[in-house]
Amino acid sequence: MAERTIPAPSGQQVATGREITRAQERYVLPVVDIYETPDSLVLMADLPGVSKEDLDVRVDNNVLTIQGKSSHAAPGEAVYREYELVNFFRQFELSERVDQGKIAADLKHGVLTLHLPKTERARPRQIEVRVS
Amino acid sequence: MAQWNPFQEMEVLRREIDRIFDSFGLRTGPVFRTAFLPGRAAREYPLCNLYEDKEAVYVEALAPGVDPASLNLTTTRNTLTLSGEKHGLPGEVKSEMLHRNERAAGKFVRSIELPVEVDENKVKADYKNGLLVVTLPKAEKAKAKQISVQVA
Repeated sequence: MAERTIPAPSGQQVATGREITRAQERYVLPVVDIYETPDSLVLMADLPGVSKEDLDVRVDNNVLTIQGKSSHAAPGEAVYREYELVNFFRQFELSERVDQGKIAADLKHGVLTLHLPKTERARPRQIEVRVS
Repeated sequence: MAQWNPFQEMEVLRREIDRIFDSFGLRTGPVFRTAFLPGRAAREYPLCNLYEDKEAVYVEALAPGVDPASLNLTTTRNTLTLSGEKHGLPGEVKSEMLHRNERAAGKFVRSIELPVEVDENKVKADYKNGLLVVTLPKAEKAKAKQISVQVA
């Protein structure tokens, strides 16, 4: 650590050593399906091993973030492995057409289903043709 | 104050390199990728981990989105067979409505050879958060015996 000869202004952090900018944990992208219905978008993501408590779904600044921590369910000592459970992380940018206040999430059998309703303006409209 | 730890740095480097190889598609490592994808479905599904303790062996299968009612397990002395169906999108979704389709679906069957003989009558299975855990108690004769040493 370098010796400081000039006192740092109060309230200001002094960088010591190197910055750590990457998280130590490993993350993978969960696989997703996204489809559209006339009044909403539906996103389905496979999140095996993630319980409701360890799942974090949030919308901030038009960015939808899905983050989950998965954990093994079996006891005992591992003798043979074909997969590791790592954390999940994926972000999507939402368009203005999604009504962000009404997003609904449902986690069942390790699959997260998000319903993203469209705003009133973005929904298809039937226009009636009048015969005069 | 954070100490500089060369071993930790090496670990970080190793992970970075792993990640680079991962992104080239040399998927030797973890997690469900190509299973079920047409033409590339050389992988077995579901992927299984095997655990063991004194009393039992445990098979943990990575099977998100599988309908528990469709799961079917059979055991013989040292083989476990799993079959079932993974559901994809609901039936009413047409291809023109899709934006992304990365999750694959279909029926599967897989047999796993177990390292010991198990008691078929006491096998239990539990499906939670997309992980299937099968508990297979060891057969009486496969359990390790404690041998006490006699001092003469």
